[in-house]
Formats: sequence, structure tokens, C-alpha cells
Amino acid sequence: MSPEQPIPQGLSQTRREFLRRSAQAGAAIAAAGSLSAWLLDRHPPGDFSRMRSLDARRDFSMRSPGPSMGIATGRDRPAMLRGALAALGGIERFIKRGDRVMVKVNAAFATPAMIGATTNPELLSELVRLCRAAGAASVVVTDNPINAPESCFELTGIGPAARASGADLYVPGPGSFRSGTLKGASLIRDWPVLDEPFFGVTKLIGVAPVKSHHRAGASMTMKNWYGLLGGRRNQFHQDIDGIIVELSMMVRPTLVVLDGTDSMMANGPTGGSLADLKETNTLIVSTDGVAADALGATLLGRTYRDLPYLVRAGALGLGTTDYESLRPVRVAPANA
Amino acid sequence: MRITTARRIAQAFFLALFAWLCVVATVGTRPWQWRGWPIRWFLELDPLVAAGTALTTRSLHPGLLWALAIVALTILLGRVFCGWICPFGTIHHFMGWLGQRSRPLKRRMEANRYHPAQAVKYGILAALLAAALLPVGKMALATLQTGLLDPIPLVTRSFNFAVLSLGDLAAGRGVASRFYSGAGLIGALFLALVLLNLAVPRFYCRFVCPLGALLGVVGRLSPWSIVTRRAKCIECGLCDLDCAGACNPVGPIRLSECMMCMNCLDDCPSVEPVGYGQRPSPAGEVAAPGISRRDFMVSVAAGLAVAPLARLGGATAGNWPAGMIRPPGSVAEEEFLARCIKCGECVRVCPTNVLQPAGFAWGWEALWTPTLNNRIGSSGCQANCVACGHACPTGAIRPLSLDERMGRGGFEAAGPIRVGLAFVDRGRCLPWAMERPCIVCEEICPVSPKAIHLEEAVQATRDGGTVRLQRPVVDPARCIGCGVCEHECPMNGLRAIRVTADNESRDRGHAILLHHESQ
Repeated sequence: MSPEQPIPQGLSQTRREFLRRSAQAGAAIAAAGSLSAWLLDRHPPGDFSRMRSLDARRDFSMRSPGPSMGIATGRDRPAMLRGALAALGGIERFIKRGDRVMVKVNAAFATPAMIGATTNPELLSELVRLCRAAGAASVVVTDNPINAPESCFELTGIGPAARASGADLYVPGPGSFRSGTLKGASLIRDWPVLDEPFFGVTKLIGVAPVKSHHRAGASMTMKNWYGLLGGRRNQFHQDIDGIIVELSMMVRPTLVVLDGTDSMMANGPTGGSLADLKETNTLIVSTDGVAADALGATLLGRTYRDLPYLVRAGALGLGTTDYESLRPVRVAPANA
Repeated sequence: MRITTARRIAQAFFLALFAWLCVVATVGTRPWQWRGWPIRWFLELDPLVAAGTALTTRSLHPGLLWALAIVALTILLGRVFCGWICPFGTIHHFMGWLGQRSRPLKRRMEANRYHPAQAVKYGILAALLAAALLPVGKMALATLQTGLLDPIPLVTRSFNFAVLSLGDLAAGRGVASRFYSGAGLIGALFLALVLLNLAVPRFYCRFVCPLGALLGVVGRLSPWSIVTRRAKCIECGLCDLDCAGACNPVGPIRLSECMMCMNCLDDCPSVEPVGYGQRPSPAGEVAAPGISRRDFMVSVAAGLAVAPLARLGGATAGNWPAGMIRPPGSVAEEEFLARCIKCGECVRVCPTNVLQPAGFAWGWEALWTPTLNNRIGSSGCQANCVACGHACPTGAIRPLSLDERMGRGGFEAAGPIRVGLAFVDRGRCLPWAMERPCIVCEEICPVSPKAIHLEEAVQATRDGGTVRLQRPVVDPARCIGCGVCEHECPMNGLRAIRVTADNESRDRGHAILLHHESQ
């Protein structure tokens, strides 16, 4: 038992004490009330009218005068890239001093470069080097692959090539995506899209090989944007043409590079054998991904009419399937 | 009338009201069934429900504003809720009295002395609130587990699943049609907590109750308390005789333990010494809860670890349990776990009894949260029923309109709410595997046009003849996952058509079809 406290002397002291405690209690009730009012949820959960409608559009296209398609033939990818770009007026036409460039590669599978299922590392190195030489402040290389990202970037040679040529490799993780809805889209609705590496980016270049694809028919620069999708994106295989078209509505790149030096004629998109590849000796650089892919289809022995997504994209005006109308500049670089 | 008589009347009234609100929390045509009774009211009064969900969701669900009344009452008068209102407290109080009444005075006084272990409940409170504290990003690190020990959800759950079920059994009122999986554990826990009062009166209230702890902390602000004037006190100790809170009324009084039962006023043999008046009591007071700073920090640290540990299994990510089907209108799982207090109101109100308290099968984080079991109950989840959402006090299940549930009246674009998707097990289905006609599932499908359609087949039989069969095929664009087919499937053990939570509306990431909206 603690010692007894003295009985309070005089009324005024207890009254003062009481007033102090009453004020304290009143303030506490007022505080609890204000906190409740502040926290009060006027929109109960699941009120889908509040669902975030984030426009996922990413437009990096340039409308500068000049040719919009360069086609180089040969076997030496870096030389073909330089030649095709030179035909368009040089990389300087597209990449300015201070630009922050994103290069979206195809790093879908953890297979070696020679299998041809992924973006060729030598081609990537040369592209990064050219961007840096043109004054790009930074180049970030990324993809959201199917296999484990770290393995994909290392085994394809893309990661080492990116680092060696002065680019940053961005390996996506759970926090890299943000859900968005693409205006006018029926598939990309409240869907996670690669977002974080786009911060500050001013130019976007897609680099993809020419491959057959069992579900989509062919996988080239347009299908390559699939790698910007997060979540359980495999359900889009229910409407593969629809999603490829919407991806082209979502992303307007500065340039695409379609590598048909070797084309994967069968067993796509994974391939797995050199026997799946055919030397088609063509590399396309274009501002129009639809046109590039329409030409790429011919490397696989098909036309754009065999690929419904190309037909639909052309009809929607996302590009032209009549690539000859772009009057492509054809070059055959020496030694290439 | 003595103040303790008033208290007993209040206790009896609130306990009866509570029991009544549990009884009426069923959907039906009988007069005692739900007719606009405020069945969520006791849960909404509970400041721990409000505090817990406010921490996990950073918002206050509208009905929980009632808790403000209890907070204000406690700030003014101390733990009146514990001594006068709490139905669980009243049960403990009564059982404690029952156990003590024939014992000698000395033992009764000893049973009601303050015990240092009464500080444990503050540790429990700190741990539970700490577990709810960290909404990093999308609440990934917060889990609401207050409902495990919060007395109002606990007693509601116990009444809904165990006590009233036994009552139903005794009354012979259709109990065979209502089962609650895991009710045995819930009932046993309730029984154990109630019986502990025979050893130590109000054991749960003094040592365990996190709500009592919360109110004890808040009640320190009261301008009044039990006061003892030692000058007139003969230190007989009789004020401990029936003391509910074991708060040492002779002084210094443990303010945060006092439940305002007022028994000490009655039991004091003299008129003068013990009274109710302005703080502080002349005999001194201990305002702070008895928990040490170190124990408090340990509790908080332990609580902070709960949610991250719970999430390591990936049950709210890629490893989500497809067998756990949430009731229609449930919010996505992470927010569901941030809101559900495991009170069981939805389960009780479910007219078909298909809604069940989850056991440990879906992870202990989901223990006693509602999930559908299509083998139990009268006929799956009714396509035109929205009862569960209207019984939910915290918005874990949204109060849907019939239009939204059924995808009409402005909700055509979204379509009906889907809780899952039925899959035909062709290895168990009579017409698919056993050359026998059936199609019960197709006939019973409540969706129009039916979500199950039939494939015609002429099958060669073992004896060389042929049999004409209709084989059920599920259309994932139409199926709402109601589970009536699973319930009715004649394959009695493991059904030949079963619902999983695939394609449920509440989580875009669980969709398997692309074009629901344009259906």
C-alpha cells in the first residue's frame, strides 16, 4: 500500500483539478470525434465508379520529315543497323542530346542468343552505343520476360551487352507495374503495365527478332510490346490479335528495329534448335511498327494478310501494312 | 434503487438484446427472423472493431461511428462498457458470481485482488493493433486479427455458431439443415473461457480482453472515479469482495482495471469511505496500465511480425487458395483480410447455410472468415440473395443491391457478381465417365440462359449397345459460381462438378476470361 495522499485542501483546488480533467476529457472526445469524421469512409469499398482510370498511353513517336523505313541486307547486324539508320538520316534524327532512351528488347526466354528467340546482344550493343554517341543522357534496357528475369537477361547475353555498352539494365519486380486503363480498349482495362522504368524516358525503341509464333502467327516488333504487360497476362492468349492491336494503340515508339538476319521459321516463339532458323539477311529500322512487321511477315514466307493483327492495326491507322508506300530506303552496307 | 441494481438491470437488458439480435440474424419468413433489426449494432459499438479497421484501411466504415459513443462514454465515466453493457462481460460476471457465492468471504476477497498478470491484456492489445499497423503499399503488411479475441466478435461468433445452434437443437427447430464447420472448436473455446470464471471471476476480462485494455487506456481521461477516503476506512478489505475488475478499490485504485461495477460501494460496511467522485482518489490512484515499457515494446514487435509472417505463404499472392470461395460482394482478399473481424454475422444470416466459418485449411490468417461450402446447406449461394453483405459490419462484404448482384438495372455491363466458376470433373461425371444419363447440374443451374449446356453423344456401351447421353459443359462467361450444381450433383462424396474461386468478380487478377464486360 502506498502512503495515503493528503486530502485536498479547500474547494478551489479540487475545482481547478476537476476543471482541468473535464477540459482534458472534453478535448479527448472532440479529438476522437474529429478523427472519426476525418476517417469516415463516404465511399464504401468496392465502389467501382471510383476505379482508377489511368490512361496507359505512351507516345514517343516523332513526326519529323524524312524517310520512315530503312532496310539493310547482310549478315553483320551492327553494320546493318548503322546502314539502315543512315538511310533514315542517322540516329541523330531521332535521338537528341540529353534524351533518356528506353530500349525494349525481347528477352522472353532464358536461352542463348544463337537460338534466336531473343534480341541479339551485338545488335543491342551497337544500338546503345549509337544512342550514347548521339548524346543520350541515359539508355535503359528492359523487358518483362516469361522465364525468371535475372536468368533471361544473363543467359541471352542481353544483360552483359547492355552493361558493356553503357546502358542500364532494368529488371522488373513486383513494384514495377501500375494498373491502368487504355482509352478505347476492351482488354487493357485496370491492368498492370510496366511503369517504373518509364519515369523520365523521352524516347522509346523496340528491338525484336523475326519469329514464328504458334498462337499469334508471328512475333515481331508489335508482339514485342507484350513484354510491357504485367499480371496474369497469359489470359490474353484468348484474344491474341486483340491484345497485340491494343498494345500498338498503347505504345507509339520512336523507332522499331526488326532483326531478320536470321528468322525463326518454326517452333516459335521459343525455338530451341538452330534448325528452326533460316538466314533471311534483313534488318529493318522504321518509325512504323506495322510496316516493319508487314515486311517481316514476308521473311517468314507469309504476307500481312496471314496475320489478323496486322490487318486490324492497318485498318485502325496504327501504321500501314503497305510498306512499299513508305518508299523504304534499301541499303547493302559494305562488309555486312 | 441502488446503483448496483441499475447496473444489473442494464447488464440483463444488453445481454438479452444481444441474444435477440443474434437470434433474429437469420433470413426467413418467421416473425422472429430479420425484420430490420440492427443486427450489427453491438459490433458497431465496439471501439476495437473501429480502431482495428481504421488502422488497416485508413478509413472508418460508416456504421462504426457508433463506437464513438462508447469512446465518449469511456472518456467521461471509465470502463462502463465492461461493467454495464458488454454481453460477454455480463456472462463472465454472472459465472464469476456463481462460482464465488458459496465461498468464504476471505477466499472471495482474495480472488478479486489485483494480479500483475492483468497487464497481459495490454500486451495482447498492443500486439493485435501492431499487426494491423503497417499498410505499406497495398496493405501488404497489415492483418486484422483483433476479431480472434475482441469480445464482441468472439461472443457473436460463439452465439451464432455454438450457443444458438445448441438452442436450435433443444428446440428441435430444423437444426439438421444448419451446420457450421469448426463450430466445435469455437464452442469449446467459448465454454473454456466461460468456465474459467469459476476459478477466477472475470478471468477473460481481467487477463485477456483487448477491448477492455483499450477502454482502460481511454478511461484514464475520466474526471471521476471510485474514490476512497482512508481516514474513515478501517481497511477491512470488503471492497474486494465482489470487485469485478480486481482494481484495488481500497487504494491506490488501478483506474484502468476498474469496470465501474460499483460493487465496492455496496460492500463497504460504512457509508463514508468508498464513493464515487472527482479524481484523484484521496487513497491514491494508479492511472497507467500495469504493463512495463519493455513488455509493451516486445508485444508491439511481435505484433509487427505477424502480418509479414502470415503472408510468406503467398496466400494473398500467386498461391491464393482457389478452394476458398468468398461470399458475393466480398472485396479483394487483401482488403478482405484488412476488414473481416470473424464475427460470423454473414454466416449466421446466410439463408441456405452454404456460408461457413473457414477452418485452418486456407491458412490461419483466414481462420473463421466466411467461405462457401457447397456440400453444406440447402442449395448453394442463391443467385438473388444479398443478405450477407447487409449483415457485415465492416464492409468486408459490400451491401450489394439485388441489381448489382444480378447484373441488371444499370449493372448489365458488369454482369452478375461471380464468386467462382464450376468445373466438370469428367472422370467422375455420370454421363461423361459412366455411360449413364444425369444432367441434374444443367437442370438446376439458375442462370438464364443456363451456364451449363449439353453436348449430345451416342456412346458405345460395354455390352455392345449404344446409349444416348447429354454431357454437361460449363460456359465460363455465364457461370456465377453459385454452386447449386455442386450441391445437387448426385456424385455424393467428391462432387463431379465443383466450384473454385477462379474467375471471381472481386479480383481482376483472378479473371480467366477476357470479355466479361462486353458479354
